Amino acid sequence: MGVTKEQVHSTLTSKLSPIHLEVIDTSGGCGASFAVEIVSEQFEGKRLLERHRLVNGALAEEMKDIHALSIKKALTPEQWKQQQESENSKTAA
Amino acid sequence: SFYCHSSLTPELKTTLDKVVSSQKVVLFMKGTKDFPQCGFSNTVVQILRSLNVPFETINILENEMLRQGLKEYSSWPTFPQLYIEGEFFGGCDITVEAYKSGELQELVEKAMCS
Repeated sequence: MGVTKEQVHSTLTSKLSPIHLEVIDTSGGCGASFAVEIVSEQFEGKRLLERHRLVNGALAEEMKDIHALSIKKALTPEQWKQQQESENSKTAA
Repeated sequence: SFYCHSSLTPELKTTLDKVVSSQKVVLFMKGTKDFPQCGFSNTVVQILRSLNVPFETINILENEMLRQGLKEYSSWPTFPQLYIEGEFFGGCDITVEAYKSGELQELVEKAMCS
């Protein structure tokens, strides 16, 4: 039984209420390998390890069937805003 | 069911306590440092190599009990798993992030001097 991108998306949405979430299927369609970018207020005041633990914990059920999960970004809304602004200024320059 | 049964026996926990503190830097990975069998494990090996730090690798593909026990030991579901000075540091993404920011080098240098 595979896990779908939609399933990962909806579990993370309901557990971490992200303001930005991107789930990328990196398996080439077999549904067992994902990359995730997530921005949530729940990351506030937490180190990267604790943030990743939150994501892994939210997906505990799915992790049994996921072969690889890459957490590309786990940011607070404030960090996300700053990152986007610096990217925008780079493009503008 | 299978998941109700803990893989982390007290004996295995004692062994792991010893293994993670046997060296300053210990990496549990898929394959060995000379023959990594997964891209994520390979990434962490290359990072440690580039930092020029002595490290021990343990191949979790050779021992299913160790593999399952470690997931509980570190409360981390995937491999590789990097330990620095007996403490769980993170998986591949965290290691890459800390390498880019310079935090990993700092931590490893501190560990080597302690």
